[in-house]
Amino acid sequence: MSVHSRFAEDLALYALGTLEGDEQVELEKHLKDCAECRHEMDQLRGDAALLALSASGPAPPERARGRLMNALTREPRISLEQPSMRRISWWSQMGWVTAAAVVVIAAILWRTDASLSRRMANLQKEFDEQQTELQRAQEVTATLTATDALRITIVPPRMTPQPQGRVIYVPSRSSLIFLANNLPALPVRRAYELWIIPSSGSPIPAGVFKPDAHGDVTVVNSRLPAGVETKTFGITVEPESGSQFPTSTPIMLGTEE
Amino acid sequence: MDSAEKTISDKELVSRVRVGDQNAMGALYDRYSALVYAVALRVLADSAAAEDVLQEVFMQLWRNPTRFDASRGSLGAWLAVIARNRAIDALRKRRYESDIEDVVVSVEPDLASQADRSRAAKNVRDVLNGMPPAQRQALEMAFFEGLTHTEIATKIGEPLGTIKTRIRAGLLALRKVLKP
Repeated sequence: MSVHSRFAEDLALYALGTLEGDEQVELEKHLKDCAECRHEMDQLRGDAALLALSASGPAPPERARGRLMNALTREPRISLEQPSMRRISWWSQMGWVTAAAVVVIAAILWRTDASLSRRMANLQKEFDEQQTELQRAQEVTATLTATDALRITIVPPRMTPQPQGRVIYVPSRSSLIFLANNLPALPVRRAYELWIIPSSGSPIPAGVFKPDAHGDVTVVNSRLPAGVETKTFGITVEPESGSQFPTSTPIMLGTEE
Repeated sequence: MDSAEKTISDKELVSRVRVGDQNAMGALYDRYSALVYAVALRVLADSAAAEDVLQEVFMQLWRNPTRFDASRGSLGAWLAVIARNRAIDALRKRRYESDIEDVVVSVEPDLASQADRSRAAKNVRDVLNGMPPAQRQALEMAFFEGLTHTEIATKIGEPLGTIKTRIRAGLLALRKVLKP
């Protein structure tokens, strides 16, 4: 082994995730250019993983398996690359769930007290309103995410279309829609990532995406943390599976005026 | 149980998870939940918090099965490292900072059967037991407590350089577990 001795010990700490400060910055800079040290880093991470195998203790409680399996059932896999499919699936489920809830509630009300029928009527009215809202939202999303949708950028004559994006963010619903066009082509194995930049605290990932051949993309994300107040959003280039924190300088930034 | 476990490889089960097979997830849970829970419990010393990490780790696998690259190491070790990272995030009460994409575990031993896991764990413990106590202490404080070398040096009153040397030497000693 002929790893650069200057970094040998820092590599071990970095493999454990416990290097920090200037030493971390310097090592990360070195790793970008040094395949030998990157290889040693992989080896050290493997060594560290072995340490995990030394842990022993009681088995997890029985309930934990059921909890996981229930969670799997509740959570269909997300694919932001095909937002329309996911969105429609989610809404469809919501419709059925809401309908089922109304039916059950109606049955209980009928059997227990006829005087409560007024509440049932109110619930039915609320349900009808939700259905109307649902249909409207489905139409909007279907249009935004249709694979055959025409997307035209209108610019003054003789001006080259520039990259641009628009975020529609509803904090109370923890959801957003992001539309962009003319985005530059990405390097191999990289993707764009959208960030919510709160007024305080770290940026929050809001979707990883790759534009189509024309640089156009639509992202629908309704699984954001609840109630994040912000007016600023940014786009960075990240590994194609996304990052928890931005690892590059934003290529686009926008704040509500 | 053991032979039945080994009839389906981790790679095959992960392939099934990729197409949404919940039974495959159940099989992987049965195979690795004890290891993941043990790591989380070792870090957190809190059974409820460890159970949360257990849930989170397997949900991450469910949400992002493509992030496990079978050509780059063992699934069991990969899950154990994710559990360690998530548990330390929880210990420090910080938002999850570790991205599973960053977890590379280039260890080869097949951990798919209980016998494999027991053998690997015994080999690691043997190496740890053979280390100078101060070296093992520094290594375990870094791994299971997520302490920086500065924090370890302060806690045990040793020079920074000494701690760094002990941690690296400890990791290199563990590498011998993989040698025939």
